[in-house]
Amino acid sequence: MEIEGEHHPLDEYLRADRIPHIWCPGCGLGTVLNGFLHALEETDIDLKNLAIVSGIGCTGRIAGYINVDSYHTTHGRAIPFATGLKLANPKLKVVVISGDGDLFAIGGNHFIHAARRNIDMTVICVNNYNYGMTGGQLGPTTPLESKTTTTPYGNIEHPFNLCHVAHASGAVYVARWTALHARRMKDSIKEALNKKGFSFVEIIASCPTTYGRRNKMPTGLDTMKYYKEKSVIKHGIEPEKADIEIGGEIIVGKFVDIEKPTFNEEVEKLIRRFHK
Amino acid sequence: MRIEFYNGNVASAEGAIHAGCKFFAGYPITPSTEIAEHMALRLPQVGGVFIQMEDELASMAAILGASWGGVKSMTATSGPGFSLMMENIGLGAMTETPCVIVNVQRGGPSTGMPTLVGQADVMQARWGSHGDYEIIALSPSSPQECFDMTIRAFNLAEEYRVPVIILMDESVAHMSEKVMIPDEKDIKLVERKKASVPPSEYLPYKADDFVPEMACAGEGYNVHVTGLTHDEKGYPQATSPEVQEKLVRRLCDKIRENEEKIRDIEEIEMEDAKIALVSFGISARSCKSAMKKARKDGYKVGIIRLKTIWPFPEKYFEEISEKVKKFIVVEINYGQIKLEVERMVGRKKVVLLPKMGGDIHKPEEIYGKIKEVHNGN
Repeated sequence: MEIEGEHHPLDEYLRADRIPHIWCPGCGLGTVLNGFLHALEETDIDLKNLAIVSGIGCTGRIAGYINVDSYHTTHGRAIPFATGLKLANPKLKVVVISGDGDLFAIGGNHFIHAARRNIDMTVICVNNYNYGMTGGQLGPTTPLESKTTTTPYGNIEHPFNLCHVAHASGAVYVARWTALHARRMKDSIKEALNKKGFSFVEIIASCPTTYGRRNKMPTGLDTMKYYKEKSVIKHGIEPEKADIEIGGEIIVGKFVDIEKPTFNEEVEKLIRRFHK
Repeated sequence: MRIEFYNGNVASAEGAIHAGCKFFAGYPITPSTEIAEHMALRLPQVGGVFIQMEDELASMAAILGASWGGVKSMTATSGPGFSLMMENIGLGAMTETPCVIVNVQRGGPSTGMPTLVGQADVMQARWGSHGDYEIIALSPSSPQECFDMTIRAFNLAEEYRVPVIILMDESVAHMSEKVMIPDEKDIKLVERKKASVPPSEYLPYKADDFVPEMACAGEGYNVHVTGLTHDEKGYPQATSPEVQEKLVRRLCDKIRENEEKIRDIEEIEMEDAKIALVSFGISARSCKSAMKKARKDGYKVGIIRLKTIWPFPEKYFEEISEKVKKFIVVEINYGQIKLEVERMVGRKKVVLLPKMGGDIHKPEEIYGKIKEVHNGN
């Protein structure tokens, strides 16, 4: 959709002919996309060498709106697809942007193994506590007691603490923000993009349509107010101490930033043994 | 040219290396594991990448990613792993991603007979992923063919932008024979058509002759690739039956309309044959000695060996049924190729000589069936 004489400052990064996007009013995904593109603007990454990979779900649609090489793959398999892409063409900066269900339920195994191998990629997980695209079912991050369409009496499953999973699996960079922390989120994404190895940023984002309205946050604004009230910045805290509970603190910040050799570097070393 | 003594698995891996494969992602599974092992040994030597993934879902996804990264890629597996690959084989068909999948068939269903032969994944190779699509599947009968057909599989994958499956079986994979490796200059390789117009004019899924030009990551074309129903721009059009109609027809027709070019059949003694043995893979070898003995005893019998199984050579069978009276389908399953032959040969008699897996046909059994069919049973 084009409005005469109107240009968005991020137009050059977007497939403008695909706007308007599919996301609901009050959804946090627009904020995340905005933060990602602003972070990108502040890096030296050549857009020609940037590839975005996503899985399935609301967040999975992000890849289609960014005007770079973008791959919308199968449910849960964004990370292994991205692994192949990066290993085939090491010049690429590969970024996976997907949701909590895609990356940590159906795709959980791939996440932990890519982190373990330290594949050189950035993974951004938009965590909205539920499966939005299918109408609001229980996800791997749904807090205990939350109401979803498949937990009508309240969730009885223990949720994942994604940053703990990332850290325990070997990620070299781990940070968490909410969609309220627009500037800090952008800064962390930028750091992650500039980081060599498997970097991970979790962004907790509102989903008023399918999660919020069943959990006393019927609008995006209600969720933002909730984040404002509950968020506590604790840089450097052990990720395992950053559990998320309904009504409890949301601990945000940069938790991990370490160095270790990447899989890609090891592969290059191996190839050099035969090609001196 | 040099001569090696390889088993089918190693021959297939060497075929991949000679085809220019630069990426292998796989997960260990009997009886295909030697392919992964040999690729782990060989790929670094040729500047390629081997990665052992966490499962076959990941392996299949990774080879698709690598193909979009601009290299030729492959995976190898057997029944249970092949089942896990199905969703992403569909993604490969939908996004028209060249890649090669070796399925060394063992006895099934489920865990079945991990170390013993089977040929029961024929229909799965064709129909395993959901929705309408077409793929190509080849079936080698010897280590030499494992080498040659793996090269051909890469060539077909590149030419038609489609996942190509090599339907090997455990017996061929584990038998060792002489394999001739041609000099590099004597191996004909096909490369995918690259984008030939500037990015501003490029439509990633516009195809004048069924197969669109492919712009990979990092080439400056800003391509969007999706498993959703998509238009020529590559943009999702998941609520348009018109776009779906056009896309799915083309995905199927690009293979169907080229069936005769893809077709590869070995005919043995078919000139005057009244009975045809239809077979493939290891089973076709048992047919050979049965046929020889039957010929000696005066039976007019020949062999139709399917080296390309999918797309099924429909026209070929329509035509051959004009002169052949009876067909005996010899396969290590309970009648999968038999269904295809029956579908094409009208009212001609089609007899199945099956095995459920774990053992290959003995020539005597086939000879016995020839006699029986000849005598009108």
